[in-house]
Amino acid sequence: MDKNKRRTYIINAIAIIALYLAFFILIQTKTMNKYLIGIAILTCIMIIMAMSLNIVAGFLGEMALGHAGFMAIGAYSSASFSIALFKTGVGLPDLVVLILAMIVGGTVAGIFGILIGTPTLRLRGDYLGIVTIGFSEIIRIFFVNFQPTGGAAGLTGITRLVNFNNAYWITIVIAILIFTFGRSKHGRAIISIREDEIASESAGVPTTRFKVLAFSLAAFFGGMGGALYAHYLAFLEPSKFNFMFSIEMFVIVVLGGLGSLTGSIISAIVLTVLPEMLRGFAQYRLLVYSLVLIIMMIFRPQGIFGRTEFSLTGAIDLLILRKNTKNSVDGGEA
Amino acid sequence: MKKRAVSVLLVAIFVASIFTFAGCSSSGSSDDVIKIGFIGPTTGDAAIYGSSAKDGAMLAVEEINAAGGVNGKQVELIAYDSKADQTEAINAYNRLRDQDGVVAVIGGTLSGETLAMKDIMVQDKMPVLTPTATAVDVTVNAPNIFRVCFLDSYQGAAAANFSADTLGAKTAALLIGAGNPYSEGVAAAYQTAFTAKGGTIVGSESYGLQDNDFSAQLTKIKELNPEIVFVPDYVQKVGPILQKAKDMGITAKFIGADGWDGVQVDYADAAQGNYFTNHYAADSPSATVQNFITAYNAKYSKVPNSFSALGYDAAYVMTDAIKAAGSTESTAIITALAATDYPGVTGNLKFDANGDPKDKEVTIIKIDGGQLKFETTVVN
Amino acid sequence: MKQLLSINRNFSLNFILYLKTGDIEEDGLFYIHFIIIEGGDNVNLFLQQVINGLNIGSIYALIAIGYTMVYGIIKLINFAHGEIMMFGAYFAFIAATSFQMPVWAILLLVMTIMAIVGVAIEFVAYRPLRNAPRLSALITAIGVSLFLQNLALIIFKPEPKIMPKLFPEMNFNIGGIDISSTTLITIGLSLVFMVLLDLYIRKTKQGRAMRAVSEDKDAAILMGVNVNRTVSLTFALGSALGALGGILYSVAYIQIYPTMGVMPGLKAFIAAVLGGIGIVPGAMLGGFIIGMVETLTKAYLSTTWADAIVFAILIIVLLFKPTGILGKNTREKV
Repeated sequence: MDKNKRRTYIINAIAIIALYLAFFILIQTKTMNKYLIGIAILTCIMIIMAMSLNIVAGFLGEMALGHAGFMAIGAYSSASFSIALFKTGVGLPDLVVLILAMIVGGTVAGIFGILIGTPTLRLRGDYLGIVTIGFSEIIRIFFVNFQPTGGAAGLTGITRLVNFNNAYWITIVIAILIFTFGRSKHGRAIISIREDEIASESAGVPTTRFKVLAFSLAAFFGGMGGALYAHYLAFLEPSKFNFMFSIEMFVIVVLGGLGSLTGSIISAIVLTVLPEMLRGFAQYRLLVYSLVLIIMMIFRPQGIFGRTEFSLTGAIDLLILRKNTKNSVDGGEA
Repeated sequence: MKKRAVSVLLVAIFVASIFTFAGCSSSGSSDDVIKIGFIGPTTGDAAIYGSSAKDGAMLAVEEINAAGGVNGKQVELIAYDSKADQTEAINAYNRLRDQDGVVAVIGGTLSGETLAMKDIMVQDKMPVLTPTATAVDVTVNAPNIFRVCFLDSYQGAAAANFSADTLGAKTAALLIGAGNPYSEGVAAAYQTAFTAKGGTIVGSESYGLQDNDFSAQLTKIKELNPEIVFVPDYVQKVGPILQKAKDMGITAKFIGADGWDGVQVDYADAAQGNYFTNHYAADSPSATVQNFITAYNAKYSKVPNSFSALGYDAAYVMTDAIKAAGSTESTAIITALAATDYPGVTGNLKFDANGDPKDKEVTIIKIDGGQLKFETTVVN
Repeated sequence: MKQLLSINRNFSLNFILYLKTGDIEEDGLFYIHFIIIEGGDNVNLFLQQVINGLNIGSIYALIAIGYTMVYGIIKLINFAHGEIMMFGAYFAFIAATSFQMPVWAILLLVMTIMAIVGVAIEFVAYRPLRNAPRLSALITAIGVSLFLQNLALIIFKPEPKIMPKLFPEMNFNIGGIDISSTTLITIGLSLVFMVLLDLYIRKTKQGRAMRAVSEDKDAAILMGVNVNRTVSLTFALGSALGALGGILYSVAYIQIYPTMGVMPGLKAFIAAVLGGIGIVPGAMLGGFIIGMVETLTKAYLSTTWADAIVFAILIIVLLFKPTGILGKNTREKV
């Protein structure tokens, strides 16, 4: 393995473990109480949602405004699965059930991603955006009327399988998966479609297939995020998965930088933690959000990180070793 | 280079905020104040409900403090906005428990948010009294959760009994707010009870949460010509429905549930001569009711609605239980709550084994000349 | 011109509606014929529902025109258009209750104010992004929409305001069908303004300029058209009509609240797409169709699925004929 790459991996691995230990200590010493832990778990879930959305909005560069729909599908299907599983009395450890439920949720969402994506990804830009809104609303209306999952009153009786430990590591694993995907051959193909679809098609990239891949992968991971959500909240209500929620997730990705996964992570953290801290100003939260969005688009449309990634190794090099390196998912210039 | 600095700064801020956050947790109830939490939507579409319940509870706490407090200590009501969102509600509850150290919670206001918090509340054995959550599941298998309001099913049945027995109606149509568990629940109960009394439901129409156009549904109902149209929903929907029905010349009697409280303010004309089930009557001769209305008016310069009254009663019941328990220990409070026998604005409060009010009277209100007038009471 | 033939209850019922419209591109004529032959009370019920559908349909049409004009000229979905409608309603409310202005004055004043607001929004938020990628402009539009919603929330508070009856209340019964004066005025005013706008676009120099810019912006500049002024004019006219739609909506449906523009805005946009985005008669046609579909679905199929069906229509149109009913096929050139 390339010496630089190995160095990067080691540094990142150390950082991840160190961060976990920091949290672990905080939790054990009760410095972080259940309230803060809850916020941390929710942050992890929003990070997954933002990263998954970034696959479509960032790598592929398409307006996907219906991500809440996939989260709903993942949440409800995984919850139904785990409820059924517990009823059969099979005694599996909690973590195994959680992972199985996540796979179920992700897969069902991913299948819908393929079903929805195949016909609609022929559309471009604005139209695609509206259509995704339409599908997301249809999904929500479906769950409002679908009595087996509780309909409008909601689904209760879900076992709370998520705690900070598994939430943290699951988030890390998903982050690594998406990162790796972005740098893989497939990821690059998808990015090339964003850059210039016609040229990419001429170069032999089967654009439709990769567009659907991006869409369904985003749905898959989004469904996993939904599964985590369901097994943390232990209660699901269809009204949660509305248009506003899709927009909030989209805002997180845009502000972090379309195409930058670390941007999504940091943006998700800030936009989940900040409103909690500023509870007194809750009234003005959305007002400020929207203003920031407008100003961002006018003055810095690429978001905080643009398309590049924040590289810990790069930061260390820069600040400590005073070397200059650039890092981005597509391996090219920022 | 600047970007790197920015990003490092952001991460630093985040880590720092975790520590500051962690640092600012207060210990349990301090020695001279009893902290009670309140959770409800005070912003957003459902703001009117959370605000009303909170206002009622606040008024009660003020009165209690003025009268000397509980067990010699003052009561502090800490209210958080749930924004009618489950995640927010859970965050609010966690915050109340951990950061503020409350000994009891009055909340949630809506059924959805209460159900979302239910599991954790049961795990914590937190004494919980919800003033207004009417879904059946809220108190099931939850020995520490009680509610002040009657259930959707109870209310629906009462309305049906009134329709069949007092009004002598044989035919009724339902107009339901789909996607609103309250509306669906009450309507379902009405249907069961009304048919049990020998009546016929000639038709059932519904509208969506976002719908403002009821002409299609009302046209169909007019065609069916029922004696009664049952519309269990909140003023925001009911008002325009009544107006449109009046414009269309529908002559059936409209009956509703406690969500109608307040409809006489803006829709007096349209609501004229119609009825709804409620928790109390504004023109009741009872001193408790009149004192409450006067005090509420004096403090907030507006007329209370059923949510305010329920919030008011909830605060009193909770503080009474703490008084009876003689301590802020949760098991003691829960036991005291179970033994409640309190004459409130919304009727005499006693709890059954589930934590639901026992044999509560349902008041039927008639809207007449822009006023809410007591018509009769029904006990199922 | 609009002709309604006589209605004879006992025999067959002929209902023929001529709608003369003009295409932006050419001076053609387009006729729509509706012929229904049936008998008895069912017909009455049906016609009653048709009137209901026309009522909401005409309002959707007014709002849809704003979307379609803006899209035609700068290829942007103005998400904030629903909020223009909402503010129009609020201002009319203030004019009616605080100042007791007569109806015609309210309409004139509010439409003018909202025209100015529309122009201001374009100038501040959209003009800087005239040459930016479509995604940025779209995101900004979402930002403006959110901002206006929350601004209204803070200024006017969430409790709905009650719009007083601006028009004299009278009920007519024509051949067994009840029509209120409000309904007649809504449909009538909408048609009048739509026809006026259509004439304006087809017969005046500014109208021609609008058509030129939407056809080919660069060629229009070469021909001496002041693009900025034309775009501003487009926003002004579209916003004025949107405001009218908001006023009529609030008179018909009584309540005014900050998020009242979201659903009608979305549906009006779907109407614009259905009729052919960028084509004004298309927006009119689309508005009436969506209004009818929505009402007839509620009347004959299912009220809970009515919204979902409207979204489904959007999806189907975009998948099979994205240029809409009156639209022309354009191929993308490499």
